[in-house]
Amino acid sequence: MPTSPSDLAVVDLAVVGAGPAGLAGAVAAADLGLGVTVLDAGERPGGQFYRHPAPGLRAARPEALHHDWEAFATRASRLEAHCRAGRVTHLAAHHVWTVVRDAATGEWLLHAVASGPGGEEAPAMVRARAVLLATGAYERQLPFPGWTLPGVVGAGGAQAMLKSGLVLPGRRVVVAGSGPLLLAVAASLAAAGATVPAVVEASAYTSYARELPALVRNPGKLGEGALYGGGLLRHRVRLLTRHAVTAAHGTDRVEAVTVSRLDRDWRPVAGSERRMPCDALAVGHGLVPQLELATGLGCATRRAPDGTLALDLDPAQRTSVPGIWAAGETGGIGGAQLALTEGELAASAIAYELHGTPRPRRAAALVRRRARLRRFADAMAAAHLPGDGWTGWLDDATLVCRCEEVPAGRIREAVADLGAHDARSVKLLTRAGMGWCQGRMCGPAVACLAGGGPAEDRRPLSCPVELGRLAQLPPSVS
Amino acid sequence: MAKVYEPEGGSEANRPSPRGASSPAALVRAAPDPAFTVTFDGRTLTALPGQSIAAVFWAAGILSWRTTRAGGEPRGAFCGIGSCYDCLATVNGRPNQRACLVAARPGDVITTQEGTGHADLAV
Ligand SMILES: Cc1cc2nc3c(=O)[nH]c(=O)nc-3n(C[C@H](O)[C@H](O)[C@H](O)COP(=O)(O)OP(=O)(O)OC[C@H]3O[C@@H](n4cnc5c(N)ncnc54)[C@H](O)[C@@H]3O)c2cc1C
Ligand code: FES
Repeated sequence: MPTSPSDLAVVDLAVVGAGPAGLAGAVAAADLGLGVTVLDAGERPGGQFYRHPAPGLRAARPEALHHDWEAFATRASRLEAHCRAGRVTHLAAHHVWTVVRDAATGEWLLHAVASGPGGEEAPAMVRARAVLLATGAYERQLPFPGWTLPGVVGAGGAQAMLKSGLVLPGRRVVVAGSGPLLLAVAASLAAAGATVPAVVEASAYTSYARELPALVRNPGKLGEGALYGGGLLRHRVRLLTRHAVTAAHGTDRVEAVTVSRLDRDWRPVAGSERRMPCDALAVGHGLVPQLELATGLGCATRRAPDGTLALDLDPAQRTSVPGIWAAGETGGIGGAQLALTEGELAASAIAYELHGTPRPRRAAALVRRRARLRRFADAMAAAHLPGDGWTGWLDDATLVCRCEEVPAGRIREAVADLGAHDARSVKLLTRAGMGWCQGRMCGPAVACLAGGGPAEDRRPLSCPVELGRLAQLPPSVS
Repeated sequence: MAKVYEPEGGSEANRPSPRGASSPAALVRAAPDPAFTVTFDGRTLTALPGQSIAAVFWAAGILSWRTTRAGGEPRGAFCGIGSCYDCLATVNGRPNQRACLVAARPGDVITTQEGTGHADLAV
């Protein structure tokens, strides 16, 4: 790969992320005649939803862990066909750490780290006329005493490890937190042989009832819910709504959790605690759009109904920065079907903008489907917005920042005594959010404790990068 | 060296369930290519082709493989997708590898992460 940005051939479209949104976008763009390069941090396309076992595990039925496997399989094989025909270049195991505009040409330069099989790293660069950001989401975590014990894992994380590595964190796994993902996780863990004593959900699903019109317009979504529900019934999984795991117990690993009833604001109800033995806890409170590449470019954000920041997009999936598009969870958490739809819509808008390619006929239907799915997603997001009372399950010794080991007490002190009123000042005073994960795990919690709104995904780089590599950034564009 | 949890019987969670329900491998009808071995702090572990190092640990019933700098707390995989950096390990002498992302390869020598690993990084 050439190392000087001016030597690089320019492609029409660079897609960051090969999850449902990026994959659908790349395939549709190539169908419309664009030259496309897809960069994804993972080894195989699929993103979080279509994460699947490595070929060497020879899974005859990978679809057992997915809904709508067909939607992935057809796009993955079209991606391969486009790659063979030279219309698409798929750069797997490439993590993009920054995107910059080349002032001289108006084109975009994507800087990536390519990881080899032994963990060795090499720099890579892509030059493109347009960029589609389809970087998905990561899980929202709200700390509680004991959440750093081994055996306490992300709910999506347990799902990801199961889907890719065919492993479970334990035999008796409590699933807890908030959001529809918990049902999917519990259903897969149970199907894979784990005992799931309960799904502990902090909000009340009954609040969806108010949104019945949105549900009824989404028979597909209902079907999916029924499917998960059916799986849960078959495996005798109990669903406890308005409850939370407020502590995990154990010395070297989790041995039991405390489950408490919550009031409307998610405050634990005194005296309602009960102990539930388990050897693992899969926990998560919904998802947070992964935006640092976008916010680094100055793309405008909006506050989504679940309290997270998402990109502010126009009907053509454009961000506020001309030349930068986005699709999937970057524009707000909404599930794999919405991500597929948005990826395809973005591709047709980009083909129109770059080449004047007329919109494909199915675009109108896609626009309607997007509206329907977004409405549904917003209804769910609103139902799973964390109540302010969740901080009631933190004691002062609970670590909030896992990386820098900053306890809740120190953050409360920074707020009460030192006058910190937002995540940024808390970070400067306590180092919370300054470690390896750059605030991905503690960010939502710190923002809540500080009393401000959600902190913007402002990370100078999307992943830790060696100093030497930064020095290689050409001065004209950095 | 990190204190590492090893339950009786190792990979119990990942064996077929005694109730006749399935294991993850049975669920997707996996017939993996031949297994190989890696070592973790001198102990031999069995790995299946394509599994991440974290998956190899979980399959062996090992949930932690690092201790934290300040509190000396045991840690292992948390987010499972490369964003939390809790699962860091030293692989074939290369520190700060995210065990949930790096695929295990035959003969890998994995050791407990020592030190902060911050030294050569920009952030
Ligand atoms: C851990 C986890 C597990 C989940 N499991 C389920 C599930 O079981 N069922 C369900 O319905 N939904 C699940 N979801 C929700 C799921 O994310 C969405 O429904 C769907 O996958 C969104 O598609 P997307 O294309 O927007 O993003 P994703 O599928 O998240 O894809 C984003 C892709 O971008 C890549 N990427 C991100 N940043 C960069 C970068 N800087 N450089 C290069 N590549 C990058 C990632 O590697 C990833 O492949 C899960 C989410 C998470 C976080
Ligand atoms: S488990 Fe989070 S980075 Fe590996």
